[in-house]
Amino acid sequence: MRGRARRAVKSGAPAAGAGRWPAAVPVVFFGLFFLYPLVRVVMRSLSLEGRLDLSPFLEILTRGSLRRAAWFTVWQAAASTLAALVFALPGAYVLARYRFFGRNLVWAASAAPFVLPTVVVGAAYLALLGPGGPFGVDLRYTVWAILIAHVFFNYGVVVRMVGSFWELIDPKLEEAARVLGAGRLRAFLAVTLPLLLPPIAAASSIVFLFTFTSFGVVLILGGFGYATIEVAVWREATVNLDLAASAALAVVQLAGVGAALWAYARLQQRHARRLPLRAAGRAARRPDTLRKRLAVGAVLASMALYLGAPVAALVWRSLSTGSGPGLGHYTALVGGASFVDPGGAVVNSLWFAAAAVVPALLVGLASAVVIVRRPGRIGARLDTFLMLPLGTSAVTIGFGFLVAFGWPVDIRTSAWLIPLAHSVVAAPFVIRTVAPVLRSVSPRLKEAAAVLGASPRRVFREVELPMVRRAALVGAGFAAAVSLGEFGATAFLVRPARPTIPTAVFRLLGQPGAATFGQAMALSTVLLVLTTVIIMSIDRYRMDGLGEF
Amino acid sequence: MRRSRIARLGTAAAALALAAAACADEAPQEDGPQTIRLVTHDSFNLSGDTLAQFEEQTGHTVEHLEAGDAGAMVNQAVLTKDNPIGDVMFGVDNTFLGRALDEGLFEEYVSPYLADVPDALKLDTRVTPIDFGDVCLNYDIAGLAERGLAPPAGLRDLTRPEYAGLLVVEHPGTSSPGLAFLLATVAAFGEEGGYTWRDYWAGLAANDVLVAAGWEDAYYGSFSGGSGGGDRPIVVSYASSPPAEVIFADPPVDEAPTAVVLDGCFRQIEFAGILAGTPAPNASRQLIDFMLGLVFQEDIPLNMFVFPANEKAALPDEFVRYTEIPDNPAGPAPEEIDANRSRWIEEWTEAVTS
Repeated sequence: MRGRARRAVKSGAPAAGAGRWPAAVPVVFFGLFFLYPLVRVVMRSLSLEGRLDLSPFLEILTRGSLRRAAWFTVWQAAASTLAALVFALPGAYVLARYRFFGRNLVWAASAAPFVLPTVVVGAAYLALLGPGGPFGVDLRYTVWAILIAHVFFNYGVVVRMVGSFWELIDPKLEEAARVLGAGRLRAFLAVTLPLLLPPIAAASSIVFLFTFTSFGVVLILGGFGYATIEVAVWREATVNLDLAASAALAVVQLAGVGAALWAYARLQQRHARRLPLRAAGRAARRPDTLRKRLAVGAVLASMALYLGAPVAALVWRSLSTGSGPGLGHYTALVGGASFVDPGGAVVNSLWFAAAAVVPALLVGLASAVVIVRRPGRIGARLDTFLMLPLGTSAVTIGFGFLVAFGWPVDIRTSAWLIPLAHSVVAAPFVIRTVAPVLRSVSPRLKEAAAVLGASPRRVFREVELPMVRRAALVGAGFAAAVSLGEFGATAFLVRPARPTIPTAVFRLLGQPGAATFGQAMALSTVLLVLTTVIIMSIDRYRMDGLGEF
Repeated sequence: MRRSRIARLGTAAAALALAAAACADEAPQEDGPQTIRLVTHDSFNLSGDTLAQFEEQTGHTVEHLEAGDAGAMVNQAVLTKDNPIGDVMFGVDNTFLGRALDEGLFEEYVSPYLADVPDALKLDTRVTPIDFGDVCLNYDIAGLAERGLAPPAGLRDLTRPEYAGLLVVEHPGTSSPGLAFLLATVAAFGEEGGYTWRDYWAGLAANDVLVAAGWEDAYYGSFSGGSGGGDRPIVVSYASSPPAEVIFADPPVDEAPTAVVLDGCFRQIEFAGILAGTPAPNASRQLIDFMLGLVFQEDIPLNMFVFPANEKAALPDEFVRYTEIPDNPAGPAPEEIDANRSRWIEEWTEAVTS
């Protein structure tokens, strides 16, 4: 059965070929904006004395501190990924299978924590997990604090990537199993879970890479007992000013990421399946029995506690003014009484997000098409390669742009590099949300269209594109979030001084004073609301697309 | 197989880059109005019209470019020194200056306005001191009073049992004030002798010092004074923090809730320099002169919360009333810092953790 499905894909290759352009897009984009700067900055950093010197590698690899950091990096990323799955899968289930009041809001808001500056989240958790916090335990500077914050940031990644796929699985499959006598759990384990493995694997790979390169959370919540390789890269580059050591560490980190991705690609190849997909939202029903209502309520309540507690702490602090609870910090921001220009920051952030989403979406879609259509080795290798930016140190990407783009045209200080850097990191999100869905589109549909005389391009446009549309928009939402959250590489570019919301928050937090602190909290809340609204409106597009099936 | 693929990708990228070569610009000749690219770290801040005044006076245009923090900025300049990204760089401080000078990033320039700057701030003729800020211990006035404790008179007091569990510092490997404070202790206790700076830090560790990653989490997360939300009444911060607590107070206050310990401070001096290879050296010199002038200098305190280098610049009232400038803050020389920074941070980690 599986063999036949695979052959079907191959025999469908002419239809799937759709010209050569899709392959050129990711190759040129990632070649030019990822691989080329990466190679340039590593070479430059290792040859500052005039000739290439590889001794930093030897020196780095014999450091005990690197071994400790490498081990910690790997296990905390694995533990964080596992924890994110355990906590977020029930949420994905409830959002995929049930309709309830506020579903769209919850669906969008689950991804919003992603954009919050780590300094802000760190401060919220230091308060929540400190001795004076509501839980009464002191988890500050422990690995628990790191794991909790990692789940907070990545919860939405799992919920949205797995949930958007789950919606497409026909519930009749599970119902059929139950009719045949399987219990609820058995039906889930035997029917639904195997079908869900591709999006679970995709979401896990992203969470793993994100936490693999975790930086701010580890520093702020872990205290100085913990360091990831990313922290070491950053420290060498900005404190010890040892570029060669920093580059060597970045290469070691990238090798680790590459190995993890390679293992993932092997796993992935074994689990690709075709399945009957349905239109989004149709499979979702109202929870009609008390038992279902209780279950949905319990999941939503745990979500509120988990995602809501730090956010509530943030909002509460933004409303606490010197004269009691009120909107004082917000009016100070709007009224020009602030130290920063919040209006300009909002406008800039929106611009950068819009400018980052477009290339991320185009490149991500084209890449997913290529990866899925060339199932053998090439597809898998490309798949692995295109994920590398997520696991690459922000320092390396930022410095790389600086070294690479001075010649022949000097665009090193162009504002356009900011959304470009964002889109390099955001495109893998689009790829990972789109590819599992694309892989699941039944080849019969495509063959039928081809038999009826549709050109390969038309098959893509009229059969596959509508199917992946919702996944692509989930990916676009993440791309917007990556940009709004001001992914780290921006700090290592030399860029026109245009404040974004996160940089304005940093600036406000840079000065002591109750007013600046309150305004920082208020502006972070604005960022959170804005992100939710943007993701919701992208989601709405998705809902409108229903009629096309 | 994989390698050849990557090589092919690289070739494609290079080909694309070459194709774009056609429209490269020639370096401008220097006469008449210039565009000066001013590279700063990401904490640089001025009132909206300050640089516009320079543009009006000289006819030049200033393009403000933002880099990373001071350390990242120096490395950004090192990586691009063959083809500098800017003309003037502002914000290299004395903890990173040694490296910047060693790499030959800057062109010599001695501004006539340096006459109004104290000699102690002039560390090298290739860079011009623009401002300084002292990293000092701050304390929560009410918090210490509640405990019936006097403010610490000096660094040594913090190792005494009555001050146990009261101090929060920043990690010198991740925070610029953290590094500055480490340098202050190196200067105060020395590297050799019966009681070195390492012994001092072992004493602080025994006295339950808390180490935060950055200034924000130390001050807002663990310090109890002013806008701090924690429970420790002594923190490593800046001499300008008490005035900021008054200026940004909510509700307004008449007295600062925090104060500064004048012993054991480290002076961070921020410099501006003309990046070697600039096509606009004359205009760049004019910009450096402007930065030492009163318009720029008097705009510094309330925007960057550091002190102007020019002695003639008037200070805002809050800077006079709520803080003091330490007379003689000690600290190692830039080249000494550059040579020992990594080792000191490593030894510090050992002293604090063992």
